[in-house]
Amino acid sequence: MKPLNQTQISFTSNSVNESFGRAAVAAFLAQLDPTVADLTDMKTAVSEAVTNAIVHGYRDKLGVVYITVKLFQNGKAVVRVRDKGCGIPDIQKAMEPLYTTGGEERAGLGFAVMQSFCDSVRVTSTVGKGTSVTLTKYFEPKE
Amino acid sequence: MSVQLSYKEGVLTARLSGEIDHHAAREMREAIDDTAQKVKPRCLKLDFSQVPFMDSSGIGLILGRVRLVQFWKGRVVLSGLSPNLGKMVELSGIGNLAAIERRAG
Repeated sequence: MKPLNQTQISFTSNSVNESFGRAAVAAFLAQLDPTVADLTDMKTAVSEAVTNAIVHGYRDKLGVVYITVKLFQNGKAVVRVRDKGCGIPDIQKAMEPLYTTGGEERAGLGFAVMQSFCDSVRVTSTVGKGTSVTLTKYFEPKE
Repeated sequence: MSVQLSYKEGVLTARLSGEIDHHAAREMREAIDDTAQKVKPRCLKLDFSQVPFMDSSGIGLILGRVRLVQFWKGRVVLSGLSPNLGKMVELSGIGNLAAIERRAG
């Protein structure tokens, strides 16, 4: 299916850009006239995915975080967050709630939040090549 | 992003403002811990009423502070949680480790 509209955003993996990434996605999704709750959910999920790319994907180096947003019929939005970082050796383990390699200050909830705040989450990863997280959410028209 | 700290009768209150993500949480953590380690409050109150957005980094921030104050048997209280922050807190199950103060009314 061809998207009705789409955009690409890319930025350097500096942690200061985490807020830019989620805000840019939210600005693009505004055309769906989403409820504040739905928009915040997607913003939160994107923030988790972007943080993963920066903290884990590009752990020891700077790289580029790529985001594409595609809008389809019926309020379907697909956001893909991709990095060309270290990759995830065991995706299943990485997605377990509370599992983290990020140290004491990380809650290990990133994927649990994405799954809870989106309709579907798909992760593909190749060690040494990078990781791609695809978040899908259906935005109901406002009452 | 900022943290305003005030201390009164064993209670250290940290008024957080701005969005909390992995980037912002680091500075907030440093600001809070710097003072908390000096005054060793029996209660550390984290006030989220000026926080419009928080991802799971906020949960990491809370967890880390719960661990810190446990060194001197203190406790953490969360206040001013908006519905979207409340959703995150609920998902994390952190309510077992920190008291949540509901708004009156």
